[in-house]
Amino acid sequence: MKLSRKWLNEFVDVREVSDHDFAEAMTISGSKVEITEVLNDSLKNVVAGRILSMEKHPDSDHMWICQLDVGEGDPTQIVTGAWNIHVGDLVPVAKHKSLLPGGVKIEKGKLRGVVSNGMLCSLKELGLTAEHDYPDAVITPAALLNDYHPLDKEKPSIPADIQPGHKIFGSVAAARVTAVEGDGRTYAVKLDTGSGQAETSTICSNLHAGDLVAYDTAKDHICTLEDLHADQKEFPHCIADGIWVLHEENVQPGDDMAVVIGADDHVVEFEITPNRPDCLSVIGLAREASATFGKELKLHTPEIKGCGDSIADHLDIEIEDGELCPRYTARLVKNVKIQPSPTWMRERLRNSGVRPINNIVDITNYVMLEYGQPMHAFDFSCVEDGQIVVRTAREGETIQTLDGKDHVLTTDMLCICDAHKPVCVAGVMGGANSEIIGDTAMVLFESANFNGTSIHRTAAALNMRTEASSRYEKGLDPMNTLKAVQRACELVELLGAGEVVDGVMDVIAKDSAPVTVQLEPAKLNRFLGTDIPEEEMRRILLSLGFGLEGDTILVPSWRSDVEHWSDIAEEVARFYGYNKIPDTLSSGLNQRRGFSPEQKAENAMGALCRSAGYSEIITYSFISPSYYDKIDLPKDSPLRNSMKILNPLGEDTSIMRTTTLPSMLEILTRNYNFRNKSAKLYELGRTYFAKNDGSGMANEPKVLSLGAYGADMDFFALKGAVETILAGLRITGVTYVAESENPSYHPGRCAKVYCGETLLGTLGQIHPHVAENYGVDCELYAAELSFDALYASMGGKAVYQPLPKFPAVTRDIAVVCDAAVTVGALEDCIRRGAHGLLKSVTLFDIYTGTGIPAGKKSVAFNLELRSDERNLTAEEADADVKSILDLLGTELGAVLR
Amino acid sequence: MKEQLEAIRKSALDAVAETRTAADLEAVRVRYLGKKGELTAVLKQMGKLSPEERPVMGQLANDVRAALETAIEARSDALAQEAMAARLKAETVDVTIPGKKVELGHKHPMYTVLDEIKEIFINMGFEVMDGPEIEQADYNFTKLNAPENHPSRDWTDTFYLTEDSSILLRSQTSPMQIRAMETYGVPIRMVSPGRVYRKDEVDATHSPMFHQIEGLVVDKGITMADLKGTLNAVIREIYGPNTKTRFRPHHFPFTEPSCEVDIQCHKCGGVGCPTCKGEGWIEVLGAGMVHPKVLRGCGIDPEVYSGFAFGMGLERLAMGQFKISDLRLIFENDMRFLSQF
Repeated sequence: MKLSRKWLNEFVDVREVSDHDFAEAMTISGSKVEITEVLNDSLKNVVAGRILSMEKHPDSDHMWICQLDVGEGDPTQIVTGAWNIHVGDLVPVAKHKSLLPGGVKIEKGKLRGVVSNGMLCSLKELGLTAEHDYPDAVITPAALLNDYHPLDKEKPSIPADIQPGHKIFGSVAAARVTAVEGDGRTYAVKLDTGSGQAETSTICSNLHAGDLVAYDTAKDHICTLEDLHADQKEFPHCIADGIWVLHEENVQPGDDMAVVIGADDHVVEFEITPNRPDCLSVIGLAREASATFGKELKLHTPEIKGCGDSIADHLDIEIEDGELCPRYTARLVKNVKIQPSPTWMRERLRNSGVRPINNIVDITNYVMLEYGQPMHAFDFSCVEDGQIVVRTAREGETIQTLDGKDHVLTTDMLCICDAHKPVCVAGVMGGANSEIIGDTAMVLFESANFNGTSIHRTAAALNMRTEASSRYEKGLDPMNTLKAVQRACELVELLGAGEVVDGVMDVIAKDSAPVTVQLEPAKLNRFLGTDIPEEEMRRILLSLGFGLEGDTILVPSWRSDVEHWSDIAEEVARFYGYNKIPDTLSSGLNQRRGFSPEQKAENAMGALCRSAGYSEIITYSFISPSYYDKIDLPKDSPLRNSMKILNPLGEDTSIMRTTTLPSMLEILTRNYNFRNKSAKLYELGRTYFAKNDGSGMANEPKVLSLGAYGADMDFFALKGAVETILAGLRITGVTYVAESENPSYHPGRCAKVYCGETLLGTLGQIHPHVAENYGVDCELYAAELSFDALYASMGGKAVYQPLPKFPAVTRDIAVVCDAAVTVGALEDCIRRGAHGLLKSVTLFDIYTGTGIPAGKKSVAFNLELRSDERNLTAEEADADVKSILDLLGTELGAVLR
Repeated sequence: MKEQLEAIRKSALDAVAETRTAADLEAVRVRYLGKKGELTAVLKQMGKLSPEERPVMGQLANDVRAALETAIEARSDALAQEAMAARLKAETVDVTIPGKKVELGHKHPMYTVLDEIKEIFINMGFEVMDGPEIEQADYNFTKLNAPENHPSRDWTDTFYLTEDSSILLRSQTSPMQIRAMETYGVPIRMVSPGRVYRKDEVDATHSPMFHQIEGLVVDKGITMADLKGTLNAVIREIYGPNTKTRFRPHHFPFTEPSCEVDIQCHKCGGVGCPTCKGEGWIEVLGAGMVHPKVLRGCGIDPEVYSGFAFGMGLERLAMGQFKISDLRLIFENDMRFLSQF
């Protein structure tokens, strides 16, 4: 909400409060100020100037040297290239060292050797448009024959040596301008027609003595581009652009243009929360400002003279459903004259961020800004049978809205209809069939109250959130409709925009009882932790427009957000001052506090990953369905049954991941593309699987994923990290089983890791084909470990084992076996072959090559044997080793080398 | 014989003094004191001496032996010291050569901040709770008193998984308030951090997924002053003991009264600068007294119990603490970024 401080001062006089203090105090009392814009900060040292004389620049065919009265006594000389100005015109002058919107700085300089002490400005250069801001400043240029540039030089339509009197076509002939005199709107032009003199009048502002024009002798008219059916390219300077010639009353040379265009205002932009639609208005904010600064709120009661006649003779209103439309208030205006609204109104609208259109439309917008009540104006001649029916659309009904879009309406959409058809989507946008146009003669002003939820749904379904709908959807004050329509009619009379028909048609379809709340000062103080006197509470409530009857608070109709004592607590607290409430700490401890065991496990896992050199990442929970293809997941994989987001930002973030692998690979790839030499990453992230219990909710199991690449990475580096993490979690009985079926992983470098029978997860090198899918040509490694399985497998507290009392005997053995026999199988065999003395088996070498037959390998282990009861003899140790070797031989065909 | 002994003493002491290694010294010892050594050889001739001469010569021979042994021991110590000095010299390293790296991984800055906050609350007696990200609209909105037409319910704002808008990606951690109260009843003191989702395009300050931490205290006699005291204490732990705060009224459907809390801009001290967008204050969290309707919806009598709730965005906090300029860095996970923390 943009609030003009000038406008605000009409309702509460806070003129003496600085912008800073105003913003601070309003923010602290609950109306958050985003920014205060000083409009003339971007328009400095630009004044109105009257052109005293013009002479052609000696070294230019299109520039003028102008002398201007800028209210400084001596004339100011400015050189301009504009064609639409004349002696006597009042124009904006950007003087030496001036500032224009967009940060443009103007300084004096020389134009082709002639001093220019600034610049004459167009509307655009002042940040304005003719279309919306100054409709009377539209420039209409004549086509100048001396500006003619033929499209085809070989075949000009107008000869280069054309002279006055030469015929162009039909009754149109060339003529030379000999004199021009005008008031900036119309110009009396003297012409040399070749055969004599002529005098004509034109609105074309670009004529000067000496110009050659196309003169329609039959119509006594100087031709424009359109009249000649000419192309813009043929008359390159014939454009509707030029210096803004002011028609503003009471403007004198030297007047600050910022004041002239109403930019001497300060505009405060508020963030209004959705519970306070009443503050989306000048009056609503004035009420807050009044309570904030302790200044009187000055409300105004509209007065309408009326023109006789009676609304009842023209209009009939019917509301079908009072729930959807509790109130519909209307007035009629006849003999309407559609024209631009006056400068002051256009300024206010513009400063409030609304574009002026015409007087009737501007009035509806003005009243909406002032009262917060959206209004609509219908061309009453388009309302068939003079009947307004507020009803939901019938099956199949359609409407074209003011923005030119066609909509098929559904039966839950509230519409304003005439006897036969919808003429407006209620609270959203009017229909093109009843739009206010130039010849509208009779206008129906609608000021209605609609059900917010219904309007919200309709606007969302039609995908057209408008200023009106975004207000209605928050729920508006039903008591505001009458005040607003009265104010609109008052403005109609003030602007001379038409004659207001006597009578108001005000249909109340649903009564709303006033809300009351008990004032319980002790309870409020207990709740707030304060000691605010009851008198203070009463004062605050009254200043906000609440009523008080004894201890009963009457909530004003515009405060539908207040219905409970806690709401009253907020009203009291925010004007007492949140920051005056003391700081206390609640006492009391709870049974449950701190981290749960699962959270502690999560923290431990993170710490272990980091100590293994892996850094933490955060990836999106949603992925693209194509990511499953990227990891070569089979088409029929159940992992493809992702939960889908129905309104995703885009395909890439459209489904909830069932695996964290693509997220990890995405980040590895990104690092690879950033040319980072290596990366070791981890994430404890969730995956999402629809629950089958009909709740629509998901199981969200967490996965600890590791990912890495780089010179120091191979399968065993990754496995070592996993082993470290598992050991740190005191997970024992871990086995690794080769896994060649997982399509995302290298079939020869992938393992499933188990704790006993429990599958903890998968680790290995990413399949080179998958890496290729990601455009990475180095080895990628990843592990995916189930948090739940890890957590369930974690060992309890350590139990102390007595330190060995007797020395161990070590034996190294190297056995030769088939290359296909795994180290795991050999180790397992060694453990089973021993007779209880074996304490550890450590692989220390695997060898193939000279001395070892093809298809075989030599595997060497260090065995540590020890007894807890006695010193082992060499014989005892050797007996165990022999037993181990025997089993290796019989089970795996492994023989001592 | 006397001359012989004196000659041995002299030559032996000279020889000891000249040794350069332990082996040399041992050779000298053997040469003079060994079984076949020169001194031993002289002593073997003692039998040929007269009884008068024998004690005298014996005494002299012992003196020579003692002198020799002392000299050898001293020389041995000296040689050992020299050897140690030489070894230490040889082993001297260039201490400016970089050490052998132990590569530690790095905690993500967002989690660093989150862990700090969790610790603050745990020290205040709060528990930490975890909850679903795929959530029912009932918990994300309805039970939090968000009206049917609340703008945050729009499909343009929140991600939905069902056509009837009943299941969504939670847009806030606030549903955890309801889950906590429904599961555990009162009294309760909890925080619940986690991922939340909003339909925002990615830019320097927006992401469709980000993190919040929610907090809830419900007990008998909890006041708005408790809310202020608790949050001020937390903010001072996070931002430093001299941090200035201001509480300003705001609106959340599930709290009444509601507020937002600003801290005075650390950069400009409240005057207004680009960091605080000219306001002099930076918003850090939203809070309020739990709405009586919300309490009642969870089966808690608002005439007996009261409470406060709060929520804050974690990415923004991390960005502020670590001076991270662009939110996208948080989710980009570039090693060069991660390894700075």
